[in-house]
Amino acid sequence: MFRDAALVAGKDLRIELRSRVGLNQVAPFALLVLVLFAFALDPDRGVLRRATPGLFWITVMLATLLAVQRSFAAESADGTRDQLRLSGLDPAGIFLGKLVGIAAELLALEVLLLGGVAILYSAHLRELQLLLPTCLAAAVGLGAAGTLYGALVAGVRGRETLLPLLLLPIVAPVLIGATSAFEAALGGADLTVAQGWRWLALLIVFALVYVGAGILAFGSLLEES
Amino acid sequence: MEFVVHLRSAVSLLGRFPALAGVDLDVAPGEIVLVQGPNGAGKSTLLRTCAGLLPVVAGTAEVLGHDLVVDRRTVRRRVGLLGHATGLYDDLTVADNVHFWARAAGAAPADAEAAIDRAGLAGRLHDVQVARLSAGQRRRTALAVLLARRPELWLLDEPHAGLDVDGRELVDELVKGAAAAGATVLLASHDLDRATALAHRSVTISGGTIVSGAPADVAATTAATAAAAEVAHVS
Amino acid sequence: MTSAPANPLASGSEPDQTDAAPVTERRALEGTGSRGSRIVGTLALISLAATALYGLVLSPPDANQGNAARLLYIHVPTATVAYLAFGVTAFGSAMYLWKRTEFWDLLAGASAEVGVVFTGICLLTGMLWGRPIWGVYWVWDARLTTTLLLFVLFLGYLALRRVLVGSPSRAKWSAVAGIVAAVDIPIVHYSTSWWNTLHQGTTISPQKTQMGGLMLFTLGLGFLSFLLVYWWLMIHRFRLQYLETRLDEVGLDTAIAERRAEAGRAGTSGPTAAGPELAEVR
Repeated sequence: MFRDAALVAGKDLRIELRSRVGLNQVAPFALLVLVLFAFALDPDRGVLRRATPGLFWITVMLATLLAVQRSFAAESADGTRDQLRLSGLDPAGIFLGKLVGIAAELLALEVLLLGGVAILYSAHLRELQLLLPTCLAAAVGLGAAGTLYGALVAGVRGRETLLPLLLLPIVAPVLIGATSAFEAALGGADLTVAQGWRWLALLIVFALVYVGAGILAFGSLLEES
Repeated sequence: MEFVVHLRSAVSLLGRFPALAGVDLDVAPGEIVLVQGPNGAGKSTLLRTCAGLLPVVAGTAEVLGHDLVVDRRTVRRRVGLLGHATGLYDDLTVADNVHFWARAAGAAPADAEAAIDRAGLAGRLHDVQVARLSAGQRRRTALAVLLARRPELWLLDEPHAGLDVDGRELVDELVKGAAAAGATVLLASHDLDRATALAHRSVTISGGTIVSGAPADVAATTAATAAAAEVAHVS
Repeated sequence: MTSAPANPLASGSEPDQTDAAPVTERRALEGTGSRGSRIVGTLALISLAATALYGLVLSPPDANQGNAARLLYIHVPTATVAYLAFGVTAFGSAMYLWKRTEFWDLLAGASAEVGVVFTGICLLTGMLWGRPIWGVYWVWDARLTTTLLLFVLFLGYLALRRVLVGSPSRAKWSAVAGIVAAVDIPIVHYSTSWWNTLHQGTTISPQKTQMGGLMLFTLGLGFLSFLLVYWWLMIHRFRLQYLETRLDEVGLDTAIAERRAEAGRAGTSGPTAAGPELAEVR
C-alpha cells in the first residue's frame, strides 16, 4: 500500500513538475483572490486584518477545488482510469498517493499565502508552532475529502459544477476549524492560543476520518460496477 | 490442457447492455488468436472482459486460472490491454509514462528502458511530453508500456491502427516474440490480411456471441492447431 | 426548540419496517399508488387536518411566544422527521454496500429526497418563528448551522444521483457519497457548537416553553402527521424510482436474446463470408 502510494504521489508531483500548472496558474490565482478581497473589504478600516484568517482559508478552499479537478483530469483522460485499474496498484495506495500529491500542493500554496497575507494584509505571523501544524492538518483533511469526491465525480458529466457542491459543505468543518485556529494564533479575536489547539485537534480528527473513509471506499470508486 | 482463456456462455454487461451474450472461447497458452467481426459485434468488449474490467454476470469465465465471476481484480496485473485509448499521461514524458506503469506492475527500470528501445522511442523522443507526440508515436509509447509490464496475456484492440509501415511491422514482431516467449495473444482487428497472417487461428464474433471458431468447431482441428503452435515456437 | 420526548402516538408508526410490505408487491405495480398507499395517504390527510385544527384553533397561544409558538407544531416534527430521513439514507447506503440489493439503494435515494423537502420546511418555519421571537430570521446557532449544512450536503447527494442516472455505478457511488456525507454531520455539529460558543457566547436561547397538556397533544399529533406524510411520500418516491429503473430495462434474458439475434442479421453481410477461413491454420 505505501509503496504504491509513493509511486502514485511521485507520478502526480512529476506531472506538476512537467506542466507547472500549480505554479503558473493556481498560485497566481490564489494571490489574485487575496487582492480581490482587499478591493471588496476596504483595507483602511482594519476589516481586512480582522478577516484575514477567514479570507486565507476561503482562498485555500477555492484552490483546493482547482487542485482536485486538475489531479483527476489526468486520471480520466485517454484511458488512464482503465490502465490504473489494470496496473494492479492497491486502491488504498492510489488514494493515499493522490492525497499526498494534492496535500503537498496545498501545503506549498498555504506557505505562499502566509507570505501573501503577511505582506498584503500586514498580518503578524506569530505562534508558528500552531500555525504550521494547522496548515498541515487542514491540507491533509482537504486533500482526503477532495480525493474521495474527485474520484467520485471524475467520470460524470458536469463534474466542474458538481465538485464544489459536494465538496464545500463537507469541508465546512475545516474552514471553521482552521479559521478559528488562525484567529487564536494571530491574535485580534477573543480566542486564546490554548483554544487554538482544540481546533487543531478537530482538524486532525477530520483528516483521520476522511483518510480512513478513503482507504476503505476508494476501491469501490475506481470500479465502474 | 489448461487454457489461458476459458469462457462458457459468458455474459458481460456494458451498463445494462449484454455486450457479450453468451461467449464460448478457449485459448491455449502461446496461441495468437484473431477476433474478427463487424463493428459493435463485441470484439472490444470481449478483450475488456478478459482483462477483468467488465463484470461477468452469467456463465463461466476463467482467465489465467482466475475465476472472473468471483474476482476480477487479481488477474489484471497479469494481462496487458492495448485499447483505442492509450492510457498515457499527457503531461509526462515517454520515459516517465513507461517507467511509472512498469514500476506499478513490479518491473525493473531496466525493463522499462529496454521496452522504450524496442518500441523505437530511444533518443530524441525519450524525454518528449506525450502531449507533443503524433498519434502513431503515442501508440508506440503504449506498446512500450505493454512490453515493459510483461503481461502473460496480451489483449490488443486494433493494434495496427494509426501506425506507419514500420510500426505495423513492429507490432507483428512484438506479438510473435511474445507468443514465442510463452505469452498468449488475443487480437481484434479489421486489418484482416495482416492479422490473419499473424494469428494462428481466428474466431468470428457477432451479436455478442462467437459465430465461428467456438471450442466445438475447434475440436476437430485441435490437433492441427497444436501442431501449428509447435511449428510457430520452433520458427 | 427542543425536540419532544418519544411520543406514544408517533412511536407506533416507525415507517421503515412497515413500508416493506407494500413494496414487496411492487412487481404488479402499474402506477405508484396502491391500496396501502391510499390508506396511508388518507390517514395522513386526516391527521394533518386534525393538527391544523388543534394547532390553529383549539390549543391556546403560548404565554411567552404568543401565536408564533403554533409554528412549532410543524417545525419540531419536520426537523425530527428530516433527521430520521437522513438516518434512513445513511443506513440504506451502508446496507447497500453490504447487501448490494437495489432495495437499499432506492430506499436511501427516496429517503434523501423526502428528507431534503422536510429540511426545507423545517428551515423555513424556523425562520418565520425566529423573526418575531428572536427578532431575526437567522442566528448562527449550532443546531441551525448544522441543519443548514445537512440540507446542502443532501442536495449535493441528490445532484450526484441525478447525474449518475443510467450509470451502472450509480447505486454504489451514491452509497459511498451518502455515507461520506453522514460521517460529516457529527463533525459539523461539534465544530459549529464550539465555534458558536467561542465566538458569540451563548446565542439568544429559546425561551423555555411550558407545555400544557393540550399543547403536548397537538405536538404529538404533528409528529404523527409528518411521520405519515413521510411514509406516504416514501412509498411513492420509492415506487417511482423503482419504475424509472425498470423503464429502460428489459429483462436480461430478453436483452441477451436480442443481442444474439444481431448475429443473424449481420451475418448475411460480414462474418459468414469469413466462415470458411475459420480456425485457420497458419
